[in-house]
Amino acid sequence: MTLRDFLLMRQELLLIVATLLILSAEIFRDPEKKRSPDLFALILFAIVTFAGFLPSETGTLFGGMYEVTDTRLIMKNILNAGVLIVLLQSVSWLGRKEYEGRTSEYHIILLSTLAGMDFMISAGHFLMFYIGLELATIPLAALVAYDRFSNKSAEGGIKLILISALSSGILLYGLSMIYGTTGSLYFDEVARLFRNGNLEILAFIFFFSGMAFKISIVPFHLWTADVYEGAPVNITSYLSVISKGAAAFIFIIVLFRVFPVIIESWQKLIYVTAVLTMTIGNLFAIRQQNLKRFLAFSSISQAGYLLLGFIGGTQTGMASVIYYILVYVFSNLGAFGVVAAISNSSGRENIGDYNGLYRTNPGLSLVMLLALFSLAGIPPFAGFFGKFFLFTAAAQKGYYILVLIAVLNTIISLYYYLLVVKAMFIVKNETPIGSFNSDLPTKIALGICVAGIVIIGFAGIIFEMIRNSSFGV
Amino acid sequence: MNAGIPLSYFLILAALMFFTGIYGFLTRRNLITILMSVELILNSVNINMLAFNRYLYPHKLEGFFFSLFVIAVAASEAAVAIAIIINIYRRFTTINVEDVNEMKY
Repeated sequence: MTLRDFLLMRQELLLIVATLLILSAEIFRDPEKKRSPDLFALILFAIVTFAGFLPSETGTLFGGMYEVTDTRLIMKNILNAGVLIVLLQSVSWLGRKEYEGRTSEYHIILLSTLAGMDFMISAGHFLMFYIGLELATIPLAALVAYDRFSNKSAEGGIKLILISALSSGILLYGLSMIYGTTGSLYFDEVARLFRNGNLEILAFIFFFSGMAFKISIVPFHLWTADVYEGAPVNITSYLSVISKGAAAFIFIIVLFRVFPVIIESWQKLIYVTAVLTMTIGNLFAIRQQNLKRFLAFSSISQAGYLLLGFIGGTQTGMASVIYYILVYVFSNLGAFGVVAAISNSSGRENIGDYNGLYRTNPGLSLVMLLALFSLAGIPPFAGFFGKFFLFTAAAQKGYYILVLIAVLNTIISLYYYLLVVKAMFIVKNETPIGSFNSDLPTKIALGICVAGIVIIGFAGIIFEMIRNSSFGV
Repeated sequence: MNAGIPLSYFLILAALMFFTGIYGFLTRRNLITILMSVELILNSVNINMLAFNRYLYPHKLEGFFFSLFVIAVAASEAAVAIAIIINIYRRFTTINVEDVNEMKY
C-alpha cells in the first residue's frame, strides 16, 4: 500500500477524519463555557464535499474488495451534496434548547452513516457491501430515536432497527446460498460462476427481498411511513433521500454486475414490484393528512419509478437512475426543507395547517410549489427530465405497458401534489401559520435546492457525463 | 474427514432456524423476544456459511470470516436495539408491541 493507493479512498478517509475531529472537539470542550462545535462540523463537511469533486484516479484496493470507478465517484458526490443540504437545513432545528449539549452526536452519527454508504457503494465484495450496509443503517436507528422525549421518535427508532435487522438477515441468507453455489463472494467471481439454476434463483429472491426492504419497495414498504413520521423532520429527509439513494445505487450496481446471467428472472420480478410500488404508493399517498407520511408514500412511489431504469439492464437505464436520484435529491430536500422550517417554527405538520400559507410565507410556498412540481414531473423542471429518461430507458427495451402504467401513475401523483398546492395558494384560512423569517442556513439550503430543480433539467451536459461514465460499474 | 454428518443436515438445521426466526419475529409480542428471533436468523446464516465453507470449499476461508463479521455486527445491532428498547420502556412503561402503537394509518 502506497500513499497513492490510500488516496483512492479519499472520500471515506476524509469523512472518517472529519468525524474523529468533531468527536475530539466535543470531548475536549468545556461544557459550561463553549457551545457544541456545530459550525465546525458544517465547515468540515463542506470541505469534504468540495474535496470530493476534485479529479480522482480509479482502481481497486484490498485485492478487489474496494473499487473506485467514475460512476461510483459521481454517486458519492451526489450523496455528499445531499448531506450538505440536510446539514444546512438542520442548523435551526439543532439550535433548540432541549438538544443543547448533544448536537455533536447528531453530526458524528450522520457522518459515520455516510461513510458506511460510501463504503457500500465502493464495494467489490459482498463482505464489504454488508459491512457498509450495516454501518449505514444501525446508527440511523439511533438518529431516528434522537428525540429522547418523544414517544413517536422512540417508536420509529425501534421499528427501523428491527426491520433493518430482519431485512439484512434475509439478505444474508441469500448471500450464504450464493456462497454455497459459487464458492466466492467477490462480485466478479460470483458473476462468472453464477448459473441459472433453482438454488441460484432462490438465493437471488432472498437477496432481492432484503434489498427491497431497504429501498421500501412494495410489498416490503410497511415500515416506511411509520419511521418517517416518527423521526424528526430533518432526519426523515436524510432517510428518504440519502439513505434510499445509496441503497438504490448499490442495488443497481449489484444487479447489473453480479446477476446478468439471470436477467430474465429478475426482469419479471422487477416488473411486478414496479407496478405494485408505483400504484400502492400513490394510492396511499392520497389519503394522508400528515405531510411526513404524505412524503413517505410519495417517496415509495418514486422508488417505483426508479425500478423502470433497472428493468432494461442497459447503460441508459443506469444513467437515468443516477440522474433521477440527483434530481430527486434536490426536489425532495426542497419539499422537506419547507416542511422542516414550518414544523420547527410552528410545530404543525398537517396538510390542513398549510391552508393560506401563501399569504403569510410566500417564499416558502413558492419553494414548495417548485419542489412538488418537480416531484410530479411537470416540465420544465428537472423532475420531468428525470422521469423522461427513466421511461425512455424502459421503452427502449419494449416495456410499453409498464411505461403506460407509470404515466398513469404520474397523473395520480399530480392529483395529490396539487392538493398541497391548492391548500397553500387557494384555500382561504382565518388563522394561517404566522409569518416568520428562516435563518440564513435554511435559506441557503433552499436556494441550492431551487437552483438544482431549475438548472439541472437544462444542463444536458450532466446527463451526458453520467451516461459516459456509467457501465464502468 | 466429515464422515459422520452429511452437509444436508446442517442446511436443514439452518433452514429450520431461519424460519423459526421469521415466525418468531412475526408472532411474538415482546420486543426482546423479537430481537432474539432476529439473532436466530443471523445465526442460521452463520451455520450455512460455515457448513458450505467446510464441506464444499475447504481450501477457502471466506465463509469463516463472513460469519465472524456477522457475529460482530449482530452484537452492535443488539446494543443499539436494546438502547432504544430501554428508551421505549421509559416512555411507554411497557415493551409489548401491542401497546407501542402511536402511529397507524
